[in-house]
Amino acid sequence: MTRQLDKRTSLAEVVGQLKSGMTIGIGGWGPRRKPMALVRAILRSDLKDLTIVGYGGPEMGMLCAAGKVKKLVYGFVSMDFIPLEPFFRRARERGEVAVSELDEGLLNLGLRAAGMRVPFLPTRVGLGTDLLTHNPELRLVRSPYADEETLLAMPAIPLDVALLHVDYADRLGNTQIHGPDPFFDEQMARAAERTFVTAEYVVDSLAEACGDSAKRNYFERSLVSGVVYAPGGAHPTSCAPHYGWDAKHLKDYVAAAGEDDGWQRYANQYLGRDEADYLQRVGGVGHVTQLPIPVL
Amino acid sequence: MSEFTLSELAIVACAEVWRDEGEVLATGIGTIPRIAAGLARLTHNPALLMTDGEAYLIEEPLPLGPREEKAKFSGWMPYSRVFDAVWRGRRHALVTPTQVDRFGQGNISCIGDFKKPKVQMLGMRGFPGNSISHTNSMFIPGHNPRVFVAGEVDVVCSAGYNPARWPDGRVPASLDIRRIVTDLCVMDFGGPDHGIRVVSLHPGVTLDEVRAATGFELAVSADLRETPRPTEEQLAIIRRLDPHNLRAAAIKNNPPGIRAR
Repeated sequence: MTRQLDKRTSLAEVVGQLKSGMTIGIGGWGPRRKPMALVRAILRSDLKDLTIVGYGGPEMGMLCAAGKVKKLVYGFVSMDFIPLEPFFRRARERGEVAVSELDEGLLNLGLRAAGMRVPFLPTRVGLGTDLLTHNPELRLVRSPYADEETLLAMPAIPLDVALLHVDYADRLGNTQIHGPDPFFDEQMARAAERTFVTAEYVVDSLAEACGDSAKRNYFERSLVSGVVYAPGGAHPTSCAPHYGWDAKHLKDYVAAAGEDDGWQRYANQYLGRDEADYLQRVGGVGHVTQLPIPVL
Repeated sequence: MSEFTLSELAIVACAEVWRDEGEVLATGIGTIPRIAAGLARLTHNPALLMTDGEAYLIEEPLPLGPREEKAKFSGWMPYSRVFDAVWRGRRHALVTPTQVDRFGQGNISCIGDFKKPKVQMLGMRGFPGNSISHTNSMFIPGHNPRVFVAGEVDVVCSAGYNPARWPDGRVPASLDIRRIVTDLCVMDFGGPDHGIRVVSLHPGVTLDEVRAATGFELAVSADLRETPRPTEEQLAIIRRLDPHNLRAAAIKNNPPGIRAR
Protein backbone atom coordinates (compact mmCIF):
# COMPACT_ATOMS: atom_id res chain seq x y z
CA MET A 1 0.00 0.00 0.00
CA THR A 2 1.23 3.46 -0.90
CA ARG A 3 2.03 5.71 2.04
CA GLN A 4 -0.07 8.86 2.02
CA LEU A 5 1.22 12.30 2.93
CA ASP A 6 -0.93 13.63 5.75
CA LYS A 7 0.06 16.83 7.57
CA ARG A 8 -3.12 17.18 9.61
CA THR A 9 -2.38 17.83 13.26
CA SER A 10 -3.79 19.66 16.29
CA LEU A 11 -3.20 23.01 17.98
CA ALA A 12 -1.70 21.20 20.99
CA GLU A 13 0.69 19.19 18.83
CA VAL A 14 1.88 22.31 17.01
CA VAL A 15 2.51 24.23 20.22
CA GLY A 16 4.23 21.12 21.60
CA GLN A 17 6.81 21.52 18.85
CA LEU A 18 7.59 25.14 19.78
CA LYS A 19 10.33 26.00 22.24
CA SER A 20 10.99 28.97 24.48
CA GLY A 21 13.40 31.42 22.89
CA MET A 22 12.24 30.71 19.32
CA THR A 23 11.74 33.35 16.63
CA ILE A 24 8.16 33.05 15.41
CA GLY A 25 6.65 34.86 12.43
CA ILE A 26 2.91 35.47 12.63
CA GLY A 27 0.97 36.02 9.39
CA GLY A 28 -1.90 38.40 8.64
CA TRP A 29 -1.93 42.17 9.04
CA GLY A 30 -3.13 44.24 12.03
CA PRO A 31 -6.64 43.00 12.84
CA ARG A 32 -6.80 40.75 9.76
CA ARG A 33 -6.38 36.97 9.36
CA LYS A 34 -4.20 36.35 12.39
CA PRO A 35 -3.67 32.71 13.46
CA MET A 36 -5.31 33.47 16.80
CA ALA A 37 -6.20 29.87 17.68
CA LEU A 38 -2.47 29.10 17.68
CA VAL A 39 -1.71 32.34 19.51
CA ARG A 40 -4.22 31.33 22.19
CA ALA A 41 -2.59 27.91 22.46
CA ILE A 42 0.74 29.71 23.06
CA LEU A 43 -0.94 31.96 25.63
CA ARG A 44 -2.07 28.83 27.54
CA SER A 45 1.40 27.21 27.31
CA ASP A 46 4.59 27.59 29.34
CA LEU A 47 6.49 29.05 26.38
CA LYS A 48 8.42 32.25 27.02
CA ASP A 49 11.23 34.49 25.73
CA LEU A 50 9.80 34.42 22.23
CA THR A 51 10.83 36.78 19.44
CA ILE A 52 7.65 37.63 17.54
CA VAL A 53 7.87 38.95 13.97
CA GLY A 54 4.99 40.40 11.99
CA TYR A 55 2.60 43.07 10.80
CA GLY A 56 1.32 43.41 14.32
CA GLY A 57 -2.21 43.31 15.64
CA PRO A 58 -3.77 42.08 18.89
CA GLU A 59 -1.60 38.93 18.90
CA MET A 60 1.44 41.05 19.76
CA GLY A 61 -0.37 42.83 22.58
CA MET A 62 -1.74 39.58 24.01
CA LEU A 63 1.61 37.80 23.90
CA CYS A 64 3.26 40.79 25.62
CA ALA A 65 0.53 40.94 28.27
CA ALA A 66 0.94 37.23 29.02
CA GLY A 67 4.72 37.62 29.47
CA LYS A 68 5.63 35.47 26.47
CA VAL A 69 7.77 37.98 24.61
CA LYS A 70 11.46 38.78 24.73
CA LYS A 71 11.50 40.84 21.55
CA LEU A 72 9.07 42.20 18.95
CA VAL A 73 10.04 42.79 15.32
CA TYR A 74 7.41 44.94 13.56
CA GLY A 75 6.65 47.90 11.35
CA PHE A 76 3.51 48.73 13.32
CA VAL A 77 1.23 47.23 15.93
CA SER A 78 -2.34 48.39 15.38
CA MET A 79 -5.93 47.24 15.16
CA ASP A 80 -6.72 49.89 12.51
CA PHE A 81 -10.22 50.84 13.66
CA ILE A 82 -8.62 51.14 17.10
CA PRO A 83 -5.27 52.63 16.04
CA LEU A 84 -3.26 52.01 19.22
CA GLU A 85 -2.85 48.43 20.47
CA PRO A 86 -3.29 48.83 24.24
CA PHE A 87 -1.19 46.00 25.67
CA PHE A 88 1.63 46.56 23.18
CA ARG A 89 1.53 50.19 24.19
CA ARG A 90 1.71 49.30 27.87
CA ALA A 91 4.61 46.89 27.35
CA ARG A 92 6.53 49.59 25.45
CA GLU A 93 5.79 52.36 27.93
CA ARG A 94 7.01 50.13 30.77
CA GLY A 95 10.08 49.14 28.76
CA GLU A 96 9.20 45.46 29.20
CA VAL A 97 10.18 44.11 25.77
CA ALA A 98 13.08 44.58 23.39
CA VAL A 99 12.00 45.81 19.96
CA SER A 100 13.19 46.11 16.42
CA GLU A 101 10.88 48.72 14.91
CA LEU A 102 11.19 48.68 11.13
CA ASP A 103 9.51 50.11 8.08
CA GLU A 104 6.73 47.81 6.79
CA GLY A 105 8.53 47.33 3.48
CA LEU A 106 11.86 46.63 5.22
CA LEU A 107 10.20 43.83 7.14
CA ASN A 108 9.12 42.42 3.78
CA LEU A 109 12.70 42.70 2.47
CA GLY A 110 14.12 41.00 5.58
CA LEU A 111 11.74 38.06 5.17
CA ARG A 112 12.48 37.92 1.43
CA ALA A 113 16.22 37.86 2.10
CA ALA A 114 15.73 34.94 4.50
CA GLY A 115 13.54 33.14 1.96
CA MET A 116 16.13 33.74 -0.79
CA ARG A 117 18.90 32.64 1.62
CA VAL A 118 20.97 35.78 1.05
CA PRO A 119 22.38 37.77 3.99
CA PHE A 120 20.74 41.07 3.02
CA LEU A 121 18.88 43.00 0.37
CA PRO A 122 19.90 46.56 -0.54
CA THR A 123 17.40 49.38 -0.28
CA ARG A 124 17.10 53.11 0.30
CA VAL A 125 14.35 52.56 2.86
CA GLY A 126 15.44 53.75 6.30
CA LEU A 127 18.09 56.22 5.15
CA GLY A 128 17.76 59.64 6.73
CA THR A 129 15.63 58.33 9.63
CA ASP A 130 15.91 57.13 13.23
CA LEU A 131 15.35 53.59 12.02
CA LEU A 132 19.16 53.44 11.86
CA THR A 133 19.49 54.96 15.36
CA HIS A 134 17.16 52.47 17.00
CA ASN A 135 18.36 49.41 15.07
CA PRO A 136 22.12 49.88 15.58
CA GLU A 137 22.88 46.48 14.08
CA LEU A 138 21.83 47.71 10.63
CA ARG A 139 24.70 48.43 8.22
CA LEU A 140 25.12 50.57 5.14
CA VAL A 141 26.75 49.33 1.94
CA ARG A 142 28.15 51.16 -1.04
CA SER A 143 27.03 50.04 -4.47
CA PRO A 144 29.92 48.24 -6.22
CA TYR A 145 28.75 49.72 -9.52
CA ALA A 146 29.45 53.08 -11.12
CA ASP A 147 26.70 54.87 -9.19
CA GLU A 148 28.48 54.13 -5.86
CA GLU A 149 25.24 54.87 -4.06
CA THR A 150 25.07 54.34 -0.29
CA LEU A 151 22.29 51.93 0.60
CA LEU A 152 20.92 50.16 3.65
CA ALA A 153 21.74 46.43 3.76
CA MET A 154 18.52 45.02 5.20
CA PRO A 155 19.56 41.78 6.92
CA ALA A 156 17.63 38.55 6.49
CA ILE A 157 15.04 37.80 9.18
CA PRO A 158 15.12 34.00 9.41
CA LEU A 159 12.27 32.46 11.38
CA ASP A 160 12.26 29.22 13.35
CA VAL A 161 8.54 28.91 12.74
CA ALA A 162 5.81 30.74 10.80
CA LEU A 163 2.21 30.54 12.02
CA LEU A 164 -0.47 31.38 9.44
CA HIS A 165 -4.25 31.29 9.20
CA VAL A 166 -5.75 30.51 5.78
CA ASP A 167 -9.20 29.86 4.38
CA TYR A 168 -8.67 26.41 2.89
CA ALA A 169 -6.09 23.70 3.36
CA ASP A 170 -5.81 20.01 2.58
CA ARG A 171 -4.07 17.11 4.25
CA LEU A 172 -1.07 17.47 1.91
CA GLY A 173 -0.42 21.03 3.12
CA ASN A 174 -1.86 22.83 0.09
CA THR A 175 -3.47 26.14 1.04
CA GLN A 176 -5.68 28.82 -0.47
CA ILE A 177 -6.22 32.34 0.79
CA HIS A 178 -9.51 33.79 -0.45
CA GLY A 179 -9.36 37.14 1.33
CA PRO A 180 -8.68 40.25 -0.75
CA ASP A 181 -5.04 40.46 0.37
CA PRO A 182 -2.68 37.53 1.02
CA PHE A 183 -0.43 39.95 2.94
CA PHE A 184 3.08 38.57 3.55
CA ASP A 185 2.18 35.04 4.58
CA GLU A 186 4.13 33.73 1.60
CA GLN A 187 7.29 35.54 2.70
CA MET A 188 6.80 34.27 6.26
CA ALA A 189 6.55 30.69 4.99
CA ARG A 190 9.69 31.09 2.89
CA ALA A 191 11.65 32.68 5.74
CA ALA A 192 10.76 29.92 8.20
CA GLU A 193 12.31 26.55 8.97
CA ARG A 194 8.81 25.21 9.52
CA THR A 195 5.35 26.62 8.81
CA PHE A 196 2.13 25.62 10.54
CA VAL A 197 -1.23 26.72 9.16
CA THR A 198 -4.66 26.78 10.69
CA ALA A 199 -7.60 26.83 8.29
CA GLU A 200 -11.30 27.62 8.25
CA TYR A 201 -11.82 24.51 6.14
CA VAL A 202 -9.61 21.44 5.81
CA VAL A 203 -10.43 19.06 2.97
CA ASP A 204 -8.93 15.86 1.71
CA SER A 205 -7.83 17.38 -1.58
CA LEU A 206 -7.88 21.03 -2.66
CA ALA A 207 -7.31 19.83 -6.23
CA GLU A 208 -10.68 18.09 -6.00
CA ALA A 209 -12.51 20.61 -3.82
CA CYS A 210 -11.45 23.96 -5.28
CA GLY A 211 -8.87 23.52 -8.00
CA ASP A 212 -10.60 26.26 -9.99
CA SER A 213 -9.22 28.79 -7.53
CA ALA A 214 -5.68 27.40 -7.51
CA LYS A 215 -4.37 30.92 -8.23
CA ARG A 216 -5.20 31.62 -4.59
CA ASN A 217 -2.46 29.21 -3.55
CA TYR A 218 0.37 31.60 -2.62
CA PHE A 219 3.07 29.23 -1.38
CA GLU A 220 3.87 25.62 -2.16
CA ARG A 221 2.95 22.83 0.24
CA SER A 222 6.59 21.76 0.63
CA LEU A 223 6.93 24.78 2.94
CA VAL A 224 4.06 23.59 5.16
CA SER A 225 4.79 21.22 8.05
CA GLY A 226 1.39 20.98 9.67
CA VAL A 227 -2.28 21.77 9.00
CA VAL A 228 -4.86 22.32 11.75
CA TYR A 229 -8.61 22.60 11.28
CA ALA A 230 -9.61 25.72 13.24
CA PRO A 231 -12.93 27.28 12.16
CA GLY A 232 -13.21 30.78 13.60
CA GLY A 233 -9.48 30.50 14.29
CA ALA A 234 -8.77 34.12 13.36
CA HIS A 235 -11.25 35.51 15.92
CA PRO A 236 -11.26 38.28 17.14
CA THR A 237 -9.43 39.35 13.94
CA SER A 238 -11.15 39.11 10.56
CA CYS A 239 -11.04 36.37 7.98
CA ALA A 240 -12.63 37.92 4.88
CA PRO A 241 -14.63 36.78 2.99
CA HIS A 242 -15.86 34.53 5.82
CA TYR A 243 -16.16 36.98 8.72
CA GLY A 244 -15.12 40.41 9.94
CA TRP A 245 -13.26 41.33 13.10
CA ASP A 246 -15.22 41.30 16.36
CA ALA A 247 -15.33 45.02 17.21
CA LYS A 248 -17.25 44.46 20.45
CA HIS A 249 -14.78 41.85 21.66
CA LEU A 250 -11.77 43.96 20.70
CA LYS A 251 -13.25 46.96 22.52
CA ASP A 252 -13.58 44.81 25.65
CA TYR A 253 -9.95 43.74 25.16
CA VAL A 254 -8.97 47.42 24.97
CA ALA A 255 -11.03 48.16 28.08
CA ALA A 256 -9.16 45.39 29.93
CA ALA A 257 -5.89 47.25 29.38
CA GLY A 258 -7.28 50.12 31.44
CA GLU A 259 -8.19 47.92 34.42
CA ASP A 260 -6.03 46.69 37.31
CA ASP A 261 -5.08 43.11 36.42
CA GLY A 262 -7.01 43.64 33.19
CA TRP A 263 -5.12 41.01 31.24
CA GLN A 264 -5.88 38.44 33.93
CA ARG A 265 -9.55 39.43 33.75
CA TYR A 266 -9.55 39.07 29.95
CA ALA A 267 -7.72 35.74 30.07
CA ASN A 268 -9.97 34.35 32.81
CA GLN A 269 -13.09 35.47 31.01
CA TYR A 270 -12.28 34.29 27.50
CA LEU A 271 -9.17 32.16 27.06
CA GLY A 272 -10.67 28.96 28.46
CA ARG A 273 -8.96 25.58 28.63
CA ASP A 274 -8.84 25.02 24.87
CA GLU A 275 -10.07 26.45 21.57
CA ALA A 276 -13.51 24.84 21.79
CA ASP A 277 -13.96 26.39 25.23
CA TYR A 278 -12.79 29.78 23.89
CA LEU A 279 -15.25 29.70 21.00
CA GLN A 280 -18.08 28.85 23.36
CA ARG A 281 -17.11 31.74 25.65
CA VAL A 282 -17.18 34.28 22.80
CA GLY A 283 -20.57 33.15 21.53
CA GLY A 284 -19.85 30.06 19.48
CA VAL A 285 -18.38 29.52 16.03
CA GLY A 286 -21.76 30.53 14.59
CA HIS A 287 -21.36 33.97 16.14
CA VAL A 288 -17.83 34.33 14.76
CA THR A 289 -18.64 33.32 11.20
CA GLN A 290 -21.57 35.76 11.07
CA LEU A 291 -19.55 38.83 12.07
CA PRO A 292 -20.00 41.35 9.24
CA ILE A 293 -17.06 42.41 7.09
CA PRO A 294 -16.37 46.08 7.99
CA VAL A 295 -16.83 48.70 5.27
CA LEU A 296 -14.13 51.37 5.49
CA MET B 1 -21.66 81.58 -1.85
CA SER B 2 -22.92 79.02 0.64
CA GLU B 3 -21.41 78.42 4.03
CA PHE B 4 -18.65 75.88 4.40
CA THR B 5 -16.75 74.31 7.28
CA LEU B 6 -13.03 74.43 7.96
CA SER B 7 -12.90 70.70 7.16
CA GLU B 8 -14.36 71.39 3.72
CA LEU B 9 -11.86 74.20 3.12
CA ALA B 10 -9.05 71.82 4.20
CA ILE B 11 -10.33 69.08 1.88
CA VAL B 12 -10.14 71.48 -1.07
CA ALA B 13 -6.63 72.60 -0.04
CA CYS B 14 -5.53 68.97 0.37
CA ALA B 15 -6.93 68.02 -3.06
CA GLU B 16 -4.62 70.64 -4.56
CA VAL B 17 -1.52 68.60 -3.69
CA TRP B 18 -2.40 66.17 -6.49
CA ARG B 19 -3.28 68.79 -9.14
CA ASP B 20 -0.22 68.54 -11.37
CA GLU B 21 0.88 65.07 -10.37
CA GLY B 22 -0.40 63.11 -13.36
CA GLU B 23 -0.84 59.36 -13.11
CA VAL B 24 0.43 58.70 -9.57
CA LEU B 25 -1.08 56.51 -6.87
CA ALA B 26 -2.90 58.96 -4.60
CA THR B 27 -2.95 57.70 -1.02
CA GLY B 28 -4.85 59.77 1.54
CA ILE B 29 -4.77 58.36 5.07
CA GLY B 30 -7.57 59.64 7.30
CA THR B 31 -10.94 61.22 6.64
CA ILE B 32 -9.89 64.56 5.12
CA PRO B 33 -6.99 63.21 3.00
CA ARG B 34 -9.21 60.40 1.69
CA ILE B 35 -12.04 62.72 0.66
CA ALA B 36 -9.44 65.08 -0.82
CA ALA B 37 -7.98 62.36 -3.05
CA GLY B 38 -11.46 61.56 -4.34
CA LEU B 39 -12.15 65.25 -4.96
CA ALA B 40 -8.89 65.63 -6.89
CA ARG B 41 -9.74 62.57 -9.00
CA LEU B 42 -13.23 63.90 -9.81
CA THR B 43 -12.11 67.45 -10.61
CA HIS B 44 -8.62 68.50 -11.67
CA ASN B 45 -6.73 65.18 -11.95
CA PRO B 46 -8.75 62.41 -13.65
CA ALA B 47 -5.53 60.39 -14.17
CA LEU B 48 -5.01 59.68 -10.46
CA LEU B 49 -4.68 56.05 -9.45
CA MET B 50 -6.69 55.15 -6.33
CA THR B 51 -7.46 52.14 -4.16
CA ASP B 52 -10.48 51.14 -2.09
CA GLY B 53 -8.27 51.35 1.03
CA GLU B 54 -8.22 47.57 1.19
CA ALA B 55 -6.73 45.68 -1.75
CA TYR B 56 -8.21 46.85 -5.04
CA LEU B 57 -7.80 49.66 -7.57
CA ILE B 58 -10.92 51.68 -8.31
CA GLU B 59 -11.80 54.25 -10.98
CA GLU B 60 -14.76 55.82 -9.17
CA PRO B 61 -13.85 57.25 -5.74
CA LEU B 62 -15.75 55.46 -2.97
CA PRO B 63 -17.90 57.30 -0.46
CA LEU B 64 -16.60 56.86 3.10
CA GLY B 65 -18.29 54.47 5.51
CA PRO B 66 -21.27 52.15 5.05
CA ARG B 67 -22.65 52.35 1.51
CA GLU B 68 -25.24 50.65 -0.65
CA GLU B 69 -23.38 50.49 -3.92
CA LYS B 70 -20.80 47.79 -4.50
CA ALA B 71 -17.37 49.05 -5.56
CA LYS B 72 -16.19 48.22 -9.07
CA PHE B 73 -12.57 47.09 -9.18
CA SER B 74 -10.23 47.86 -12.08
CA GLY B 75 -7.20 46.17 -10.63
CA TRP B 76 -5.64 44.44 -7.66
CA MET B 77 -3.38 46.22 -5.20
CA PRO B 78 -2.50 44.04 -2.21
CA TYR B 79 0.07 45.45 0.22
CA SER B 80 2.97 43.66 -1.47
CA ARG B 81 2.14 45.56 -4.64
CA VAL B 82 1.70 48.79 -2.71
CA PHE B 83 5.33 48.43 -1.60
CA ASP B 84 6.38 47.74 -5.18
CA ALA B 85 4.54 50.91 -6.25
CA VAL B 86 6.11 52.88 -3.38
CA TRP B 87 9.62 51.85 -4.40
CA ARG B 88 8.91 52.56 -8.07
CA GLY B 89 8.14 56.10 -6.96
CA ARG B 90 4.89 57.00 -8.75
CA ARG B 91 2.94 57.77 -5.62
CA HIS B 92 2.00 60.86 -3.65
CA ALA B 93 0.80 60.18 -0.12
CA LEU B 94 -0.99 62.63 2.18
CA VAL B 95 -0.55 61.60 5.80
CA THR B 96 -0.83 62.99 9.33
CA PRO B 97 2.28 62.71 11.50
CA THR B 98 1.94 63.38 15.23
CA GLN B 99 5.03 65.60 15.22
CA VAL B 100 6.69 67.58 12.40
CA ASP B 101 9.91 69.60 12.63
CA ARG B 102 11.47 72.42 10.60
CA PHE B 103 13.18 69.88 8.31
CA GLY B 104 9.84 68.28 7.41
CA GLN B 105 10.77 65.17 9.38
CA GLY B 106 7.68 63.40 10.74
CA ASN B 107 6.99 61.10 13.70
CA ILE B 108 4.25 58.51 14.29
CA SER B 109 6.33 56.06 16.32
CA CYS B 110 6.34 57.29 19.89
CA ILE B 111 6.67 60.36 22.11
CA GLY B 112 9.60 60.59 24.49
CA ASP B 113 12.56 58.22 24.79
CA PHE B 114 12.35 55.41 22.25
CA LYS B 115 13.64 52.85 24.78
CA LYS B 116 10.82 53.58 27.20
CA PRO B 117 8.35 55.92 25.52
CA LYS B 118 6.05 58.31 27.30
CA VAL B 119 3.42 57.48 24.67
CA GLN B 120 3.79 54.57 22.27
CA MET B 121 1.92 55.14 19.02
CA LEU B 122 1.74 53.09 15.81
CA GLY B 123 5.36 52.37 14.98
CA MET B 124 7.16 53.75 11.94
CA ARG B 125 4.74 52.01 9.54
CA GLY B 126 5.70 52.89 5.96
CA PHE B 127 7.03 56.37 6.71
CA PRO B 128 10.75 55.66 6.11
CA GLY B 129 10.08 54.00 2.75
CA ASN B 130 7.49 56.52 1.65
CA SER B 131 9.67 59.50 2.43
CA ILE B 132 12.65 58.33 0.41
CA SER B 133 10.71 56.77 -2.45
CA HIS B 134 8.03 59.24 -3.55
CA THR B 135 6.40 62.61 -3.05
CA ASN B 136 4.66 63.24 0.27
CA SER B 137 2.41 65.89 1.75
CA MET B 138 0.90 66.26 5.20
CA PHE B 139 -2.43 67.21 6.73
CA ILE B 140 -2.34 68.50 10.32
CA PRO B 141 -5.81 69.04 11.85
CA GLY B 142 -4.50 70.87 14.95
CA HIS B 143 -1.71 73.34 14.15
CA ASN B 144 0.12 73.88 17.46
CA PRO B 145 3.67 73.82 18.89
CA ARG B 146 3.25 70.25 20.19
CA VAL B 147 2.88 69.12 16.57
CA PHE B 148 5.25 71.62 14.92
CA VAL B 149 8.01 71.09 17.45
CA ALA B 150 11.12 73.10 18.21
CA GLY B 151 14.28 71.11 17.46
CA GLU B 152 13.73 67.67 15.93
CA VAL B 153 10.81 65.27 16.26
CA ASP B 154 11.26 62.59 18.96
CA VAL B 155 11.62 59.79 16.38
CA VAL B 156 12.45 60.62 12.77
CA CYS B 157 10.14 58.22 10.91
CA SER B 158 9.87 60.11 7.62
CA ALA B 159 13.12 61.59 6.35
CA GLY B 160 13.43 65.32 5.75
CA TYR B 161 15.73 68.11 4.66
CA ASN B 162 18.22 67.73 7.50
CA PRO B 163 21.71 67.20 6.01
CA ALA B 164 23.05 65.82 9.30
CA ARG B 165 20.69 62.84 9.01
CA TRP B 166 22.05 61.64 5.66
CA PRO B 167 24.97 59.24 5.20
CA ASP B 168 27.19 61.65 3.28
CA GLY B 169 25.76 64.82 4.77
CA ARG B 170 23.79 65.62 1.63
CA VAL B 171 20.01 65.54 1.28
CA PRO B 172 19.13 63.42 -1.77
CA ALA B 173 17.94 65.56 -4.69
CA SER B 174 14.98 63.20 -5.10
CA LEU B 175 13.56 63.93 -1.64
CA ASP B 176 10.23 65.67 -2.23
CA ILE B 177 8.05 66.87 0.63
CA ARG B 178 5.55 68.99 -1.16
CA ARG B 179 3.03 70.68 1.05
CA ILE B 180 1.55 70.86 4.56
CA VAL B 181 -2.14 71.71 4.97
CA THR B 182 -3.25 72.58 8.52
CA ASP B 183 -6.36 73.98 10.18
CA LEU B 184 -4.71 77.43 9.93
CA CYS B 185 -2.82 77.61 6.65
CA VAL B 186 -1.07 75.95 3.73
CA MET B 187 2.72 75.68 3.74
CA ASP B 188 5.38 74.38 1.36
CA PHE B 189 9.14 73.86 1.52
CA GLY B 190 10.07 76.90 -0.56
CA GLY B 191 11.97 78.72 2.20
CA PRO B 192 15.78 78.93 2.41
CA ASP B 193 17.36 75.42 2.36
CA HIS B 194 13.91 73.85 1.93
CA GLY B 195 12.62 75.68 4.99
CA ILE B 196 8.90 75.55 5.67
CA ARG B 197 7.10 78.54 4.16
CA VAL B 198 3.55 79.81 4.58
CA VAL B 199 1.90 80.17 1.16
CA SER B 200 -1.73 80.82 2.11
CA LEU B 201 -3.73 81.62 5.24
CA HIS B 202 -7.22 80.24 5.79
CA PRO B 203 -9.94 82.92 5.81
CA GLY B 204 -9.72 85.03 8.98
CA VAL B 205 -6.37 83.58 10.16
CA THR B 206 -3.39 85.90 10.68
CA LEU B 207 0.28 85.21 10.15
CA ASP B 208 0.93 85.99 13.82
CA GLU B 209 -1.44 83.21 14.87
CA VAL B 210 0.37 80.74 12.62
CA ARG B 211 3.75 81.81 13.98
CA ALA B 212 2.53 81.54 17.58
CA ALA B 213 1.29 78.02 16.87
CA THR B 214 4.60 76.85 15.37
CA GLY B 215 7.68 75.79 17.35
CA PHE B 216 10.16 77.06 14.74
CA GLU B 217 10.75 80.00 12.41
CA LEU B 218 8.61 80.07 9.29
CA ALA B 219 9.39 81.63 5.95
CA VAL B 220 6.57 83.52 4.26
CA SER B 221 5.78 83.54 0.57
CA ALA B 222 6.18 86.94 -1.14
CA ASP B 223 2.84 86.10 -2.71
CA LEU B 224 0.96 85.23 0.51
CA ARG B 225 -2.73 84.64 -0.26
CA GLU B 226 -5.95 83.51 1.27
CA THR B 227 -6.54 79.76 0.89
CA PRO B 228 -9.13 79.32 -1.90
CA ARG B 229 -12.68 78.82 -0.64
CA PRO B 230 -14.64 75.76 -1.79
CA THR B 231 -16.84 76.21 -4.84
CA GLU B 232 -20.43 74.93 -5.01
CA GLU B 233 -19.26 72.14 -7.32
CA GLN B 234 -16.54 71.09 -4.88
CA LEU B 235 -18.94 71.15 -1.92
CA ALA B 236 -21.42 68.98 -3.80
CA ILE B 237 -18.71 66.41 -4.55
CA ILE B 238 -17.49 66.48 -0.94
CA ARG B 239 -21.04 65.81 0.30
CA ARG B 240 -21.35 62.91 -2.13
CA LEU B 241 -17.99 61.40 -1.09
CA ASP B 242 -18.79 61.78 2.62
CA PRO B 243 -22.52 61.03 3.02
CA HIS B 244 -22.19 60.28 6.75
CA ASN B 245 -20.47 63.64 7.39
CA LEU B 246 -17.41 62.03 8.96
CA ARG B 247 -15.59 65.26 8.05
CA ALA B 248 -17.50 67.02 10.84
CA ALA B 249 -15.37 65.09 13.36
CA ALA B 250 -12.08 65.60 11.52
CA ILE B 251 -11.18 68.99 13.02
CA LYS B 252 -11.89 69.71 16.70
CA ASN B 253 -15.30 71.39 17.25
CA ASN B 254 -15.99 71.42 13.48
CA PRO B 255 -15.40 75.19 13.10
CA PRO B 256 -16.78 77.26 10.20
CA GLY B 257 -14.53 77.83 7.20
CA ILE B 258 -14.24 81.55 7.83
CA ARG B 259 -12.80 82.23 11.25
CA ALA B 260 -14.83 84.73 13.30
CA ARG B 261 -12.74 87.76 14.28
